Amino acid sequence: MTKPIRRRSSYEEDAFRCIRDNIPNGNIMSETPPCAGYPEDTLRSLAHRLPCREVQLKSLLSLMGQPDQYSYPSIFIYGHRATGKSHVVLSIMKDLELPHASVNCVECVSSGLLFHQVLSAFSGADAAALLPRCPSLSDFVRLYKQASSGSPAAQTRYIILDRAERMRDMDFGLLPALLRLQELVNDNVTVILLSEIVWEKFRPNTGCFEPLLFNFPDYSKAELVQILSQDHHPSYTPELYASYVNILLGVFFSVCRDLRELRHLAALNFSKFCEPLEKGEAKESDIHKLWKNIEPHLQRAMQTVYLREVSSMQWEQQQMDEKEATTLRGLSAHAHIELPYYSKFLLIAAYLASFNPARTDRRFFLKVHRSILISLLCVMSHVITNKQSLSLLQSHGKIRKTNFLKKHEKTSNHLLGPKPFPLDRLLAIFYSVVDSRVAPTASIFSQISSLVTLQLLSQVGHDDQLDSPKYKCAVSLDFILAISRTVGFDVVKYLYDFL
Amino acid sequence: MSKRRSAALTEAQAVSLAQKLLRERLCHQKLPDRPVALDSQYKHLLELLRRTALHGESNSVLIVGPRGSGKTMLLGCVLRELMSLKDVQKNVLLVELNGLLQTDDKIALKEITRQLHLENVVGDKVFGSFAENLSFLLEALKKGDRSSSRPVLFVLDEFDLFAHHKNQTLLYNLLDVSQSAQTPVAVVGLTCRLDVLELLEKRVKSRFSHRQIHLFSSLSFGQYVDAVRSQLSLPPDFPDPTFSSEWNHSVTKLCEEKSIEEVLKRHFNGSKDFRSLHSLLFLAVSRASVSHATLREADLLEASRLISADSKANVLHGLSILELCLIIAMKHLNDTYDGEPFNFQMVHNEFKKFIQRKSHSIHKFEKPVVMKAFEHLLQLELVRPVDSGVCKVQREYQLMRLMLEHGQVMEALQRYPQCPTDVKQWALSAFA
Repeated sequence: MTKPIRRRSSYEEDAFRCIRDNIPNGNIMSETPPCAGYPEDTLRSLAHRLPCREVQLKSLLSLMGQPDQYSYPSIFIYGHRATGKSHVVLSIMKDLELPHASVNCVECVSSGLLFHQVLSAFSGADAAALLPRCPSLSDFVRLYKQASSGSPAAQTRYIILDRAERMRDMDFGLLPALLRLQELVNDNVTVILLSEIVWEKFRPNTGCFEPLLFNFPDYSKAELVQILSQDHHPSYTPELYASYVNILLGVFFSVCRDLRELRHLAALNFSKFCEPLEKGEAKESDIHKLWKNIEPHLQRAMQTVYLREVSSMQWEQQQMDEKEATTLRGLSAHAHIELPYYSKFLLIAAYLASFNPARTDRRFFLKVHRSILISLLCVMSHVITNKQSLSLLQSHGKIRKTNFLKKHEKTSNHLLGPKPFPLDRLLAIFYSVVDSRVAPTASIFSQISSLVTLQLLSQVGHDDQLDSPKYKCAVSLDFILAISRTVGFDVVKYLYDFL
Repeated sequence: MSKRRSAALTEAQAVSLAQKLLRERLCHQKLPDRPVALDSQYKHLLELLRRTALHGESNSVLIVGPRGSGKTMLLGCVLRELMSLKDVQKNVLLVELNGLLQTDDKIALKEITRQLHLENVVGDKVFGSFAENLSFLLEALKKGDRSSSRPVLFVLDEFDLFAHHKNQTLLYNLLDVSQSAQTPVAVVGLTCRLDVLELLEKRVKSRFSHRQIHLFSSLSFGQYVDAVRSQLSLPPDFPDPTFSSEWNHSVTKLCEEKSIEEVLKRHFNGSKDFRSLHSLLFLAVSRASVSHATLREADLLEASRLISADSKANVLHGLSILELCLIIAMKHLNDTYDGEPFNFQMVHNEFKKFIQRKSHSIHKFEKPVVMKAFEHLLQLELVRPVDSGVCKVQREYQLMRLMLEHGQVMEALQRYPQCPTDVKQWALSAFA
């Protein structure tokens, strides 16, 4: 496959030179191509296509050795998302035309799919068709041996397993067996595992063949600028794009260091950045003016596009229409759900039951009792000095309350999360908050269970379904405030945390 | 290859040839001529298997040792010597099973029939059900007697995994045959579990001969260094004698180096097994190239640095500032609440306190942005939910634990590029 040759601008040449010069030399053989046995010009073009990954490229190549030599049975490559793990490995494989099978473990829901992909990559679809319907590892190794005895590997074969953390959830013996596949099939084969997670989390409890660990470090800020400014817009100068990338990183670098995400954000917001230039309000040299224009826009982007509240298409559309960026309602603004009247009260009652301690129920919900007491006091107040007694009652309550608050200051329920409560308590609170008399009909109970299926409530413990089930409330405070507003009920007054 | 041509090897060819040789030795686990420091075990096993092969005695033995201690290598060497005897080679049948591959008895039985080339095998397909297969196999084994039938060697790699099969049918039948006077069989099990006999059922255990060969490394450091030297040296029949003598000389000199001795000492103290040594040497050897043909000190030092790197520190190095701040908040929570699990709300609360009171360099982030950072940490498994699997609780109330040590966090903070000073101070202050 030939790539169309593009003339590189002088800026890019500079960038490449500076990449080359930035290599921390010492252990790395600097300019000479490190590995004999591979065509030199391919190696060079490979190095140019993988900016800021030269060190890793060279060490990987030296680990792999020449194509006919044995390589280590398994290599485990870890590093953060978008640090070029699979990109580097796959471009090595493709450019040097090494025999390889690249498998994404997310796709392999069963080990059979994995075996099928590996066999068909190495020895064609015929060998893969020999696999039985539910192949075991034993079948795979037998067929592999059979295929490789016909055509033994002249070169090292590579099996590349992307997202290898999924391997842990597959059959128990699969990972240890793949790690020592070279020994099991007695062929020149190397398994390369790629993952974001460190190797310590992979090791099975009886141990296994330890792979070589290899780290892909994160890109530094300078490297990110270098890589991002490679895809500059043709109608503007590269310097302008580089300064734009610098501004973008100034906003986003403390939150996100994922190259893919940053590149996406850069592509989305560039047109906004160039707006003053197109209108003629600023020149390319007025970086400060451009910065002032784009900075609030980028801040808004962090709250919307970065969180996928607003889709990229909507964001672009909005820029085109030149609307104010916050006019769009994001995904989370659609959280409000229309519920039946009693369901709303059931949910409110569930929220109160979850976030109030049970011992405060008497205080909040025995309102009949309380109102009688207060009316009694009022009657008495007509007779004697009313104010004194009322204030006495209130101050008494206050003292108790402050004591409580001091004691349990740390353990606010809105920090700890919802507590489980039994069905009886839910119904008791429900009857005391709902105004009219409600009969405990089947419809009330079915509403409770449908709230569970809507995942607004969640049932705790499955052991006794019918007999006194326990629930937790699974909605946020904002949601419950919105609900209670529609029925004219003041939840905050009844919440212990906000007293 | 004639003498004259071999002398004309260019340096590049010589390097690549040496690499090829050493790579095969180090990663393909090529059998050495004679196992190192395992003489008594070697003799014992060889004698045992020879008696089965020549005299028709049935035996069972377990080879027990930690991973990388040379169980397979020992067995391989013994079998190689055994098979070199002429009357053994024609006479003995070898069946190799692996607990990783033959995950249940049915598959194992198929494999046995295949490896024994029994009559009901046509082409490459095995006919008959499990019960038929087993009875056929047992009949075939029982019909034989000590004098006339060919002895069978069963090698069971990862023996402990066979003990997890249902009813241990395969083990029971194999050991039963070895106990009764039928076809001579030798059952050799390889395992890394010391308590492997406790895994066996009583009836299986009683049929096992309780003969165990333990492989525990008893190397002294001097022997260890000798092993390194012999592993790295080129053999005398290397085609380019000048190159090989130069190489071997450099290896000898390397082993006497003070810094190298320190590196080896550190690895020796870490583990005595040969496989971890091999990975170290492999990394060093792979760095040799045309530009410097011999092995240098720097190669080995670099390899050791790569091997002993803390991978979690590498992961922490790549986090964003926000994620690092969250980790510090979690560390503070761990300190104040004595390692109790926490949820996102608490972490966010702690982080907010920092932002409001102390921070000058970090902006206020919206809660969803912080949540996204938190979920990234969850994805990297730096924090782990306490009760995994149950995702019924809202995301922000799920209880978590931090999977990092106090020291790891502090060290990551020291190494972090351009870490703001106030974040550092926050991490150091005992009270959040």
